[in-house]
Amino acid sequence: MAVGAEAIFGDSVITSTLESALSWARESSMWPYVFGTACCAIEFMSVASSKYDISRFGAEVVRFSPRQADLLIVAGTISYKQAPILKKIYDQMCEPKWVISAGACACSGGFYDNYTTLQGIDAIIPVDVYVAGCPPRPEAFLDALLAIQKIQADERLLDDRAKRVFKGRLDA
Amino acid sequence: MPKAFLERFEKEVSIDAYGAYKLDASLILQALHVLYQNDGYTFLVDMTAIDYLHQPSALRRFAIVYLLRDRLFSNVITLKIDVDETLAIDSIASLFKSANWAEREIWDQYGIHFKNHPNLKRILNHKEFIGHPLRKDYPITQGQLCHKSDDLMDEMTPRLKRKGIESHDALMFLNLGPAHPASHGTIRTFVALESETIRCAISEIGYLHRGFEKSCENHTYNQIIPYTDRLNYCSAILNNIAFAHAVEGILGIELPDRAQFIRVIIGELSRMIDHLVCLAAILVDMGALTNYWYLYNPRESVYDLLSKLTGARLTNSYMRIGGMSHDLYEGFEHDLHVCLKAIDTGVGDTLTLIEHNRIFHDRTQNVGIISQEEAINRSLSGPNLRACGVAYDLRVNAPYYHYESFDFDMALGSVGDVYDRIMVRFEEIRQSKRIIEQAMKRLPQGAVCVADRSISLPPKHEVYGNIEGLMNQFKLVFEGVKVPPSESYRAIEGANGELGFFIVSDGSPKPYKVKVRPPCFYAMAAYPSIIEGGMIADAILSLGSLNIIAGELDR
Repeated sequence: MAVGAEAIFGDSVITSTLESALSWARESSMWPYVFGTACCAIEFMSVASSKYDISRFGAEVVRFSPRQADLLIVAGTISYKQAPILKKIYDQMCEPKWVISAGACACSGGFYDNYTTLQGIDAIIPVDVYVAGCPPRPEAFLDALLAIQKIQADERLLDDRAKRVFKGRLDA
Repeated sequence: MPKAFLERFEKEVSIDAYGAYKLDASLILQALHVLYQNDGYTFLVDMTAIDYLHQPSALRRFAIVYLLRDRLFSNVITLKIDVDETLAIDSIASLFKSANWAEREIWDQYGIHFKNHPNLKRILNHKEFIGHPLRKDYPITQGQLCHKSDDLMDEMTPRLKRKGIESHDALMFLNLGPAHPASHGTIRTFVALESETIRCAISEIGYLHRGFEKSCENHTYNQIIPYTDRLNYCSAILNNIAFAHAVEGILGIELPDRAQFIRVIIGELSRMIDHLVCLAAILVDMGALTNYWYLYNPRESVYDLLSKLTGARLTNSYMRIGGMSHDLYEGFEHDLHVCLKAIDTGVGDTLTLIEHNRIFHDRTQNVGIISQEEAINRSLSGPNLRACGVAYDLRVNAPYYHYESFDFDMALGSVGDVYDRIMVRFEEIRQSKRIIEQAMKRLPQGAVCVADRSISLPPKHEVYGNIEGLMNQFKLVFEGVKVPPSESYRAIEGANGELGFFIVSDGSPKPYKVKVRPPCFYAMAAYPSIIEGGMIADAILSLGSLNIIAGELDR
C-alpha cells in the first residue's frame, strides 16, 4: 500500500529524491566543452554535424566557456606544454562535472610515446569515460555520452561525486 | 644553377656526396646575399640541423641545412654549413623573415645558437624544458612536466617598445587561445589591444608538438606512414603521398602509372576535403553557420568512400613506400561520382549564399592583406601565396605524377586578403574535380606497387603458396625497406602549400633524421604581422583563412 503523497494523489505523482530528479533532468541536457586539440576534434565535428547529430542526445549546446559547461570532452593529444591549460580549464568548470577522454592520445599518449606527449590525461585530471580509437568513430563519441548519462543515473552527486579525492601530477 | 654564387665563391664552395653546396660558416650571410640578389633564390623553403653524433665519419657534430627555391620555384638548392664547437652561427633572419621561427626551432631542438637573432627562445617545447630533444643523445621518452604557461611579456614589452609604445596604461592584454574554438584548438596569440584594435600581437605555438620527427628516427619507413596521417589530419593521404614520394626519390624508383594516377585521384580528393573543412570553419567563425552544414556534410560521403577504400575515415595510411596498400575497389568510380556531386552541391549552395553577400564582402575584402614580396619573404606557399597573386604551385612549377598532362588552371588572387584566400580555395576545389575526372578517364590498368621485392610486399597467393614468398613477406615486415645513404629533399603540393620531407638516410631501415617542411609553420609565423593594426574580429578571420592545422604546425 502506498504511503505519503502517493497515497493521497494516486498514480498522478511520483516521489523521488531531489538529487535523482536533478540527475534525470541533467542527463539529457549535458553542455559539453570540447577541448579539441588534434585529429579527434575533426571527428567531433562529424559528431556535431547532421549525420551523427549529437543533439539527439541533448548535448548539442557546445560551450566554449568552461564556466558554462558540465562535460569536458578531451579530444586530441595533450602535450606537457598543454597540460597546465587543460588543468586550468577543468578547474574553471563548476561541480558537478564529468570528463570524457576521447582517443588513444588522451587516454594513454597513443603512439606518441615520447618526450613531449603526456602519457594519458588521467595524470592531470580525473576521467570518467575513456574512448578507444585513433581517432574514435563518431558512434564511439555518442556511446561515451550515453555512458556518462548512465553514470549520472547511477551515482549520487552529494555522496559519491562530491567526496571524490583526486590528486594529479600538477596538483601541488 | 646558381651562377653568380658559384663564380663568387669558386674557391670556398664544395659539393658534397649528396649534391649540397658546402661552405664555411663565416660566409653564410654573404653567400645567401649573393644567392638572393644575383641568382634570384628568394624563397627559403626550409631550414634544419643534422646531428651527426652516430655517424663517426662526419668531421663536425652538427650541420645546418638551408633549402632555397629560385624565382621560378622549380629549382631547389641545398646549402650545408658545418657548425664548429662554439655551436653558434650567424642568423639569416635579417634577409629572410621566415628564418626567424625556423632558427628558433633549431635552437629549441638542437641547441644551436644563432648570432644576432632578434628573439632566440624556445618555440615548440615549453619554457621549463631542459635540453634539446632532437639531439641524438636525448632519450626519446624523457618527458618533462610543465607547470606554468609562458606569460609572453618578455616578447610583448620589447615589441611594444619598438612600435613606440612605452606605457601599458591604455592597453588591454588578451589571450586569443590556445583553448578557444576560433583559435582552432591549440594556437595561442597574445595581443595588446587599444579598444578593439590590435596594437601588437605575438603567437605562441608548440601546444600540439608531439615529437613526430624524433619518433621517425626509431621507426621503419613504412611504420612512419601512420604518423604522417596525423600531420595535416584534414588531408591525411596527401601527407602519406608526400612522405612516400620523398623516400621513393632516395630509392630512385618510378611508380607504375596506375599507382601514380591513383595518387593523383585520391590526393586531389584529399585536397578538396581539406579545403572544405577550412572554408566551413572560417564561415562559422564569421557567424554563417548554415554554410558549415553545406560544406561539412559532403565530407561524410568522402569518409564513406575512404572507409571502403582504406578502412579508416580520417587517418587512412593508404600509401606505402613504392605504391599503396591495395588497388581501388569495385564500384569505386560510382562512389567517387557520388562524392564529387555532393561536394559540387555543397560548394554551389554555399556560393549562392555568400558570393554576392554584402556582409561577407565587407568582412573579408581588404582584410588581413599580405603583399607578394612579404609573402615570398615569409615563405608562404599554397593557396595562401597564390591568393597574393604569386603563381607558385608545385603541380605546375615542378610537376610530378604526370600533372603536366592534366588540363587545369591555377587559381590566383590579386589582393592577398581574406577574401582571396577563401575564393582561391573554392576555385581549387573546382579544379581538383577537373583533375580527378581526367585522371579517372585515363586511369591505366596494371600494378599499384613497384615490382621490386625488397620494397613492396609480395602478393598474398605467393606468401601463402611458397616459402620464398613467405620469407619475403616476413623479412620485409620485420626489417623494413632499406634506404641507401642520402640527404635529400622532395616535396609535393599539399593542401596548404609546399609539403616536403628532408630525409637523412644511412642505409638502415630507419631514417637517421626526418624533417617536415610544414606549410602551416611559415603561415603562422606571418600571422602576427598580418593582424597588427587591424580589428580583433578580423584577426579571427585572418587565422581561419590561413588554414592553420596544428598537427602540421607543431608536428
